[in-house]
Amino acid sequence: MEYLSPTTVEEASELLAARPDAEVFAGATDVIPQLRAGRAEPGALVDLKGIERLVSVSADDAGWTIGAATPTADLTGNAQLSAEFPGLVEAAGLIGSDQIQNRSSLGGNLCNASPAADSVPAMVVNDMRAVVAGPDGTRTIPVVDVTTGPGSTSLGPGEFVVEFQLDHRPARTGDAYLRLIPRTEMDIAVVGAGARLSFDEAGVCTSAAVALGAVAPTVVRVSDAESALVGTAASDILGNGDAMAAVAAAATAACNPIDDKRGTVAYRRQVAGVLARRAVTAATERALATNGAATDGAAANGVS
Amino acid sequence: MARTHVTCTINGDETEFLCEQDETLLNALRDDVGLTGVKEGCGTGDCGACSVLLNNRLTCACLVFAPEADGATIVTVEGLASAEALHPVQQTFLEGAALQCGVCTPGFLVAAKALLDHNPDPTETEVRYALAGNLCRCTGYDKIVRAVLDAAADMRSDGALTAD
Ligand SMILES: Cc1cc2nc3c(=O)[nH]c(=O)nc-3n(C[C@H](O)[C@H](O)[C@H](O)COP(=O)(O)OP(=O)(O)OC[C@H]3O[C@@H](n4cnc5c(N)ncnc54)[C@H](O)[C@@H]3O)c2cc1C
Ligand code: FES
Ligand code: FES
Repeated sequence: MEYLSPTTVEEASELLAARPDAEVFAGATDVIPQLRAGRAEPGALVDLKGIERLVSVSADDAGWTIGAATPTADLTGNAQLSAEFPGLVEAAGLIGSDQIQNRSSLGGNLCNASPAADSVPAMVVNDMRAVVAGPDGTRTIPVVDVTTGPGSTSLGPGEFVVEFQLDHRPARTGDAYLRLIPRTEMDIAVVGAGARLSFDEAGVCTSAAVALGAVAPTVVRVSDAESALVGTAASDILGNGDAMAAVAAAATAACNPIDDKRGTVAYRRQVAGVLARRAVTAATERALATNGAATDGAAANGVS
Repeated sequence: MARTHVTCTINGDETEFLCEQDETLLNALRDDVGLTGVKEGCGTGDCGACSVLLNNRLTCACLVFAPEADGATIVTVEGLASAEALHPVQQTFLEGAALQCGVCTPGFLVAAKALLDHNPDPTETEVRYALAGNLCRCTGYDKIVRAVLDAAADMRSDGALTAD
């Protein structure tokens, strides 16, 4: 295998067009273990970290741009991003150990296309978009459209994710991500649940997004939970009223899980309901704590 | 394929080595540079025995391709002690018997240094999270955690003495 290190998006695109046997990588925290496990070797490995745009995080009036190869440690270390999107940053920060955090990227977590990828439900509830470069130029697609099944994506030959776009959160909006693993660190999610809710000044939910990981071949949006939440008062959500029973039931119903050593189908279904409810509660508490402004998120507390 | 020439700074010394393009940094450090303090436990990022600082970031050398090290600054366990003294964390591991077979120890020492470099006064919980990427199959974690907390305390009081 050849190691190639382009320094611009254009150079990388040209390389990938000329070398159909090449594969991109960022932190290699999935790639190297897979190669060791005997996965077919690509002819060349294209290191995306040499491209400045892929390893930077920035914000403007519209929102955030997160380079696809940026180590997740740079997200957890970004106080502003953590304050505005605590759920997204928590999800990214759950990936592996400190050693892994210094290498693992959102682009790799998404494009490795593991059903259990922790950052993906959090990216999906935050409506993040992926900017994809390829032989025909760039296109921007919702993150939820990138994975198509375990280990497979909708990216075409020569395409790679350059960066993620994330709009600033509206007033009174909060996000959260929770996962269940058999231990506190260094394991793969049995179930992961992301939620994001927005409220009006009267405290009524105006929009809701709930997504589950590790319970189906790809991340799943739980639209029945979302419609049960919209129009519900924050006090009912926090009081675990009827809408929350509907959230749990919808999450359980949305699962299409497998049996494995980490959990049975029945266990995963039940846990999905519980975690979805808790993620909605955490997102609601954060939304209420933000007090309106989009950039004052420091009030968001570290519920986990 | 021709071997690749890599130039980097390892433990303060400018170092050059030749490697295969798909070789890991772990292999290169051990076999091409001769720094066998960097251990291989799993080769898949799970055990932390291969922990090094790569551009001042704690990293598993087994999950890095060797050519990525070109132009980088690397610290391995061999770079922790000064000519005069062990690093405080090496000293407290010795004093507290925080090792048995020692295979995991270089990785724990480098991870502990990485923690103490940016957090001189960690809580026990912070130490346990910071070392979650390092596995030990013989000593048990209590002695290791205590050694890191003791080293932190020693470094704080040494710092206070030097400041006076
Ligand atoms: C010890 C250990 C613990 C782990 N714990 C967790 C965990 O708790 N939760 C979790 O979700 N994951 C975990 N992982 C898996 C892995 O660390 C994550 O999936 C990580 O985010 C992958 O990022 P990477 O940059 O290292 O990806 P890489 O290994 O570099 O790439 C992964 C895949 O994505 C493709 N790819 C990478 N970047 C791009 C891009 N920009 N565009 C298109 N394709 C791209 C690559 O071709 C490859 O197929 C763990 C891994 C290890 C070794
Ligand atoms: S050898 Fe690198 S983490 Fe185990
Ligand atoms: S001392 Fe033997 S593995 Fe830790």
